[in-house]
Amino acid sequence: MKIAMPVNDKSMKASISDTFGRTQFFLIYNTESKDCLYVDNSAAASQGGAGIKAAQLVIDHKVEALLTPQCGENAVKVLQPGGVRIYKTTYISVMDNIVAFSKGELALIDHIYGGGQGGFHGGHGGR
Amino acid sequence: MADTEVGNMRVAVLSGKGGTGKTLVSVNLAAVAGDSVYVDCDVEEPNGHLFFRPKVFGSEQVMVKIPVVDATRCTGCRGCVDFCKFNALAYIQEQVVVFDEMCHSCGGCVLLCPEHALTEREKIIGEIQYGFSRETMVATGILNPGEASGIPIIKKMLAYAKAVGDAPMFIDCPPGSACIVMESIQDADYCILVAEPTLFGVHNLAMVYELVDLFKKPYGVVLNKCLSEENPAEIFCRQQGIKILGSIPFDAELGTMNSNACIAARESLVYREMFSSLLQTVLGEVRNETIADS
Repeated sequence: MKIAMPVNDKSMKASISDTFGRTQFFLIYNTESKDCLYVDNSAAASQGGAGIKAAQLVIDHKVEALLTPQCGENAVKVLQPGGVRIYKTTYISVMDNIVAFSKGELALIDHIYGGGQGGFHGGHGGR
Repeated sequence: MADTEVGNMRVAVLSGKGGTGKTLVSVNLAAVAGDSVYVDCDVEEPNGHLFFRPKVFGSEQVMVKIPVVDATRCTGCRGCVDFCKFNALAYIQEQVVVFDEMCHSCGGCVLLCPEHALTEREKIIGEIQYGFSRETMVATGILNPGEASGIPIIKKMLAYAKAVGDAPMFIDCPPGSACIVMESIQDADYCILVAEPTLFGVHNLAMVYELVDLFKKPYGVVLNKCLSEENPAEIFCRQQGIKILGSIPFDAELGTMNSNACIAARESLVYREMFSSLLQTVLGEVRNETIADS
């Protein structure tokens, strides 16, 4: 099974990125073969809709589970019909989360942010 | 600019954040100007109409075009998904999915699709209400909640307001300095920046100051909520050599009128005179600019 994580570096020692849509890299990890693939997140520099584009990248890699600290509504609208289950990370390190996921210790994410948080128009900020 | 008479001048009122007094200034200037047009471009939460309480004589819906996918024609080439700069399209389970609220209605995907699988449909994003309050024509743009951008509403509203005649126009801008503000000041002859007397106020003033400078618009500052103590916004203006058009005191009477949705210039002689004098100052500035330009 392939799992994806937003990560700050192309390394198994990396930390999990705080954001999903605008993370620098994704780690795509195969739980059976233990293969690691690091993918540049082309959505990181998007003017808007980064979550949608990042989610597209995740489903295109046939990922079945995403481990992330948070995730926006629009990304969920791509990930869920794309067959991806979304789990909340509980550790900072990549390895710790993989181990916890393998033991079935990670919970499905329960809080979804509203769509279009921080696009070119500054979301709903600026007031 | 050279062909602009003072009679049909367009004055935009801006500030870096909400609550500084844009609506106070623009509503009162329009009220003392007699024959005038007030345009509320703060389409996410228009509030000028609460003061004017205009008799509405008409309204129109504002629509944008959104792509629709014909799944029977789509071959899954993903050209549209890769093209969309706003990531409004995704390809999920072998189907193109449109995220309406991300779409900026550029129409590019429709032009691009080699299979002609994309067409456009109209989507209502909000409306404009037109009314009169004494001699002021009031145009109010209202963006429906959840929509990405009010720019199409502002475009339509300003085009209408420009077409109706030669009364001076006062444009109540959205807060900040983003695209929607740029659209609102595009055709303005003069920009009034409203500033609060705090360090935070200076930061917000600097944002809009940079914007109007970039757009090469003539501008001046109105200092609002002024107290007797030192005013950082005033110091900023003096340091940058920015024209101060006037000061509005931090006054309980004004605050009360405002919170009761009364137009101060219509209720109080003191404020009628204050805003009339501010209007004259602005007129003088616009006239100078017109002469300097011709």
